[in-house]
Amino acid sequence: MKYTLRVWRQNGPDDRGRLVEYTVDGITPDMSFLEMLDVLNERLLLDGDESIAFDHDCREGICGMCGLMINGTAHGPQKATTTCQLHMREFDPRKPITIEPWRARPFPVVRDLVVDRSALDRVIESGGHVGVHAGAAPDAHAVPVPKPDADRAFAAAACIGCGACVAACPNGSAMLFTAAKAVHLAALPPGQPERGTRALTMVQTQDDLGFGGCTQAGECATACPKEIGTDVIALLNRDVLWKVD
Amino acid sequence: MNYTEGTPLRDTRAPDGPLETRWERRRLAARLVSPANRRRMSVIVVGTGLAGASAAATLAELGYQVLSFCYQDSPRRAHSVAAQGGINAAKNYAGDGDSTARLFHDTIKGGDFRARESNVYRLTEVSGAIIDHCVAQGVPFAREYGGLLDTRSFGGAQVSRTFYARGQTGQQLLLGAYQALARQIHAGRVVSRPRTEMLDLVVSDGRARGVVVRDLVTGEITTHTADAVVLATGGYGNVFHLSTNAKGSNATAIWRAHKRGAWFANPCFTQIHPTCIPVGGDHQSKLTLMSESLRNDGRVWVPARPGDPRRPAEIPESERDYFLERRYPRFGNLVPRDIAARATKAVCDEGKGVGRGVYLDFADAIARLGRDVIAERYGNLFEMYQRITAEDPYSTPMRIYPAVHYTMGGLWVDYDLRSTIPGLFVVGEANFSDHGANRLGASALMQGLADGYFVLPAVIGDYLADGPFGAVSPEAVDEAEDSVHATVAALLAVNGDRTPESFHRELGRVMWDHCGMERSADGLAEALKRIPDLRADFWRRVKVTGSGSALNQTLEHAGRVADFLELAELMCLDALHRAESCGGHFRAESQTPDGEARRDDERFAYVAAWEHTGGTPVLHREELAFTAVRPSERSYR
Amino acid sequence: MGRKAVMAVTGIVLLAYVLVHMAANLKAFAGRESIDGYGHFLREFLEPVFGYGGFVWIVRVVLLAAVVLHIAAAVSLTRQARKARPIPYAVKQGGYAARTMRWGGVIIALFVVYHILDLTAGVLNPHGVPGEIHASVVAGFSRWYVVAFYTLAVVSLGFHIRHGMWSALRSLGARTAAQPAALAVAVAITVGFLSVPYAVLLGVIR
Repeated sequence: MKYTLRVWRQNGPDDRGRLVEYTVDGITPDMSFLEMLDVLNERLLLDGDESIAFDHDCREGICGMCGLMINGTAHGPQKATTTCQLHMREFDPRKPITIEPWRARPFPVVRDLVVDRSALDRVIESGGHVGVHAGAAPDAHAVPVPKPDADRAFAAAACIGCGACVAACPNGSAMLFTAAKAVHLAALPPGQPERGTRALTMVQTQDDLGFGGCTQAGECATACPKEIGTDVIALLNRDVLWKVD
Repeated sequence: MNYTEGTPLRDTRAPDGPLETRWERRRLAARLVSPANRRRMSVIVVGTGLAGASAAATLAELGYQVLSFCYQDSPRRAHSVAAQGGINAAKNYAGDGDSTARLFHDTIKGGDFRARESNVYRLTEVSGAIIDHCVAQGVPFAREYGGLLDTRSFGGAQVSRTFYARGQTGQQLLLGAYQALARQIHAGRVVSRPRTEMLDLVVSDGRARGVVVRDLVTGEITTHTADAVVLATGGYGNVFHLSTNAKGSNATAIWRAHKRGAWFANPCFTQIHPTCIPVGGDHQSKLTLMSESLRNDGRVWVPARPGDPRRPAEIPESERDYFLERRYPRFGNLVPRDIAARATKAVCDEGKGVGRGVYLDFADAIARLGRDVIAERYGNLFEMYQRITAEDPYSTPMRIYPAVHYTMGGLWVDYDLRSTIPGLFVVGEANFSDHGANRLGASALMQGLADGYFVLPAVIGDYLADGPFGAVSPEAVDEAEDSVHATVAALLAVNGDRTPESFHRELGRVMWDHCGMERSADGLAEALKRIPDLRADFWRRVKVTGSGSALNQTLEHAGRVADFLELAELMCLDALHRAESCGGHFRAESQTPDGEARRDDERFAYVAAWEHTGGTPVLHREELAFTAVRPSERSYR
Repeated sequence: MGRKAVMAVTGIVLLAYVLVHMAANLKAFAGRESIDGYGHFLREFLEPVFGYGGFVWIVRVVLLAAVVLHIAAAVSLTRQARKARPIPYAVKQGGYAARTMRWGGVIIALFVVYHILDLTAGVLNPHGVPGEIHASVVAGFSRWYVVAFYTLAVVSLGFHIRHGMWSALRSLGARTAAQPAALAVAVAITVGFLSVPYAVLLGVIR
């Protein structure tokens, strides 16, 4: 099969960038989306062109490194699927595919489809952790945790930090990411001592980094490859407003 | 065979005497660095997987200044994140008779008696504290309704000692370590440098004192110095091109360290994981693991008649071959990975395979436990399988085939995790120490975290207490930097007609065919002939466009392939010299009449540590002594 | 973050007012005396404390403050959002709730200005006699274009409340998804408000 692609090419952070059209042949339905780009890149290389830069690593949907805006949808058309797990069988060869980088002021484009998401690390660094020295912990069975709490923590902790929520949000907000981490820790006993300040600090950091505010548009949850719901945002808001410690 | 024998090697750091108290005695004997001096000492940690992130965070907690590097855009993405099944610990929470001694025994036996007793004992000893620490960090392990931690059983074990967080245990443990690291970054005790790749080691006055790195965004090449260097850069399974490793996983850091004087131990010990999604086509870029935990409830089978064209549901029980249950009635589908992988290869070689694989069938488990229970246990894995293959594992059996997954070999380290270069420590999969010739499922996470949270922090002070080490020699820095600049320039200068990917693919095929699940003297000799040719071809014909002073993923890949092309040769040489079968290393010439691995303890009960000379490699043997477990035939029948 | 709470709290104040307003409108069905009497009652309410009409003015001040804060917070959040994505996507997907919120808010604000001039101040109303609510309502809604604008505004208000009420509850940390409740309130308010003008247009209220 043959596809027409419109790919964002940008030489560096200061380049203006533009969409460039390519056709790529010899694509089979069982190829992944990134394997399709691999094929294109090998051809570009042999033609003496520079290959298209895009982030990827584990290629099994867990590291959160890949992330492309495909036809205006973060991670493409398949629900609950990262770009690397998307397969070409989802695409009609008659329709062109437009591929853009994540767009948000805190995510500056590094090159082509690669963006700098280190702002998300800053959010975690500001408060998304529990202070405990290695070797100082009590026995793991010292505090039983109700299974529903553990399950709720896990559901939020499934976040892979890909940034699709930011990319999809009409406001460019990172609230789903921030809330997922805060709620993961807030659901478990070790997260209690710093619960309120953690929530406040992380949200403040997120605002300071230039992310937009949350207006509950819900696009983040639709885009999230790990299906984290906006209820975590409500829980974070509750901790920010009512749980000051 | 083209190598020479060097002097024997001995691990001088492990205390003698009773195994049970060795670690305690070692910790007591290790010198400490006072808190005031720790603030003045710096440690470089390369890699941010479970071992690297936990080591960096813990060393910073102790007060050392830490500089942390990773090639990913965030420390949280290191490939430990992809470990699915779980982490072992001898907690005996299931009350089924587990103990430190039993986990020790299982690990030694699982490693086919090619691991060091003292290291393995220590690993099992600290395993419980890992779980305690992770729970205290907020890692959301699976729990029972009573609120206590749930466990499950894994290959090679007859007890339930594997803690897990659905199918994302590695992710959750890594996030715990990453958060601990993030806390230290925020406190200013760790400087984190993501998107930065280590390209050489600086050795000054015989000590590892720094690294030369390339900033992957700007292409800038810089040197960073410290009092000690820790490599936590993972395994080298990507030498096979297709593996379950991340695309970026590479051997460059350990290989460059090897070329600077760190000996490489047991390079041929590769783990082939039995349950991966089979290769689909030529442009396949990676293989996806289906967690070993699936073998708890799934049954592996093939049609008894080769080439049976019927759909799986149409084949009656009597015409199915549940070959693991048939050959290994005691462990059944839960035999260790190497055994399951080889049995799978054997039935496929007989022509019984189904579309490049064998069935992993959940029909019985669904009938017994109900669809909901299976969905709760494996739902995310089933979804992943369906996304990739477009087949529904609830209604039709999965198809699986073995794939390269983990490398037990790595840089040689002593009991204190010191390599043969003073000041260079190696932790996690990057070292060789704890798994022998085969790693048990759910033990990689255990080892990575044991090394990073507990072992390294306890013993690194004993080395640093020798300091301060004086200024780093400018000549050593210049020499290392020049060599990195030269390599980058050389890769860009060839301007040939083949992509780095095409060389990687070809190397992978050679390695899979000749140094994969079954190895033979002829095949290895063939590989040893072809690899140098391929390497020469690489330096004549590789094409890298773009520049060295910007983000250039083709250049990154080319550099990694260049190192794989050298490492592959050493792997084949090691595999050829070890004319026995053990664990994941199966030599066709050394098998029992019924096709099981035949170990040769008379000749090969040693660790093979290879020294790089620039010419013929030198083999140093570290003899293995077994005092607590007597080497026996490793039977799972 | 504080701005979201401001949006939520002022939104809830305004929503409470809109609910009371809607319920009072239904008095139009009970005849002239009922609704005109209600207007009179509001002005006499707590007269010993605030004087005649004092309560109404207090309510007006509170509402004005709420509206000003609500709009100020919305403008601030919108500007932050614009800044957070300086380069837009070439391909855009989906109708964003946020966009409808912003445009809906503008329509409602314009309508409120007209509505005050029409039925409170009476300057744009053909009848326009203060206190004669029923007559003003009938006179105003007898014109189809007034009803059309009124309909647009009320429907916008319905959409605004549907997302706004849910969003407000979320912003204040309500745990459950209050989406069905928000939808029910939005529909009730829309139907309640629209019933009066259409009753006038169809001659049910004269």
